[in-house]
Amino acid sequence: MSQTAKSTGMGSTYAVYGAILAIAVVQVIVAVTLGPSFWRMLALALIQAYLAVMFFMHLRDEKPTLRLALIPGTLFVLVMMNMIWADSFRLAVMKPFAK
Amino acid sequence: MSPAEAAIEPAIAAPAIHSGGAVMEERPFGIPSSKLVMWLFIISDACTFGAVLFAYGYIRNSAADWPQVFEAASIWNSLLMTFILVSSSLTVLFAVRAAQAGDRAGAFRWTMITASGGVLFTLLHIREWLNLIGQGARLFQNPWGAPMFGAAFFSITGLHMAHVVGGVIALVVVGLSYRAGRYAARHIEIWALYWHFVDLVWMFVVPLVYLLNMKR
Repeated sequence: MSQTAKSTGMGSTYAVYGAILAIAVVQVIVAVTLGPSFWRMLALALIQAYLAVMFFMHLRDEKPTLRLALIPGTLFVLVMMNMIWADSFRLAVMKPFAK
Repeated sequence: MSPAEAAIEPAIAAPAIHSGGAVMEERPFGIPSSKLVMWLFIISDACTFGAVLFAYGYIRNSAADWPQVFEAASIWNSLLMTFILVSSSLTVLFAVRAAQAGDRAGAFRWTMITASGGVLFTLLHIREWLNLIGQGARLFQNPWGAPMFGAAFFSITGLHMAHVVGGVIALVVVGLSYRAGRYAARHIEIWALYWHFVDLVWMFVVPLVYLLNMKR
């Protein structure tokens, strides 16, 4: 396999597959019983995403330099995008200090 | 590695020597450049989906009468679609494993099973769209409340569906080319990465678009 990611055993893959599906069911149960709170939904989705990226996409098995190159930068862009967009809407209507 | 395999895996056949014979610097990330390109595409696409979902969040929060329209049938449908897409992520891993073992027939079979999952997912999604359109949802109007609901729903799910359809086409092309011996195992692996990403995006679409707008 040389330059591709080291393959982990299929046992962990099945476990991750089951966990992702179980979280999907938990999401629905939580939404129905406790109400679909944004933060609860996002937290469960982030756990699913972590499992998918690390185990299905094998980022866990790649060099740490690749993880460092991909993850912090992407998270930074996404967070900044979320923080800056509200301001960009205000600036678009020339109301930089509007509430 | 056979000469034919070496022809389509030049980076693996001679990883540290360029054509002039000089020793090259070691790859910083330890992966072929084609795989790195797919990772870069994935993070740029993640930002695209992030932008669309953030825009949806702003529009949703600014609307006083955002519709809560998804009934139990739609939630069950989204759960079934999740099951199909996550299962197709598992089958594409089987395809990668078969390709890495040199099993061309097996890799082709699992790639086609994965693509079939994508087709099934798309059909279920189209059914969901037709259900909403039948109830009167349009891009900029609907019978329930905030007119931007349709624009948000159809653009987010439409962008995702376009990725699924694109992935199905890519998987079929790569699967056929791999079976014919024109592509190597790493090509299957690279498109498997893309397919997992499509799955990953869906993990955010279901809770943020379907569950948050569930009828209660």
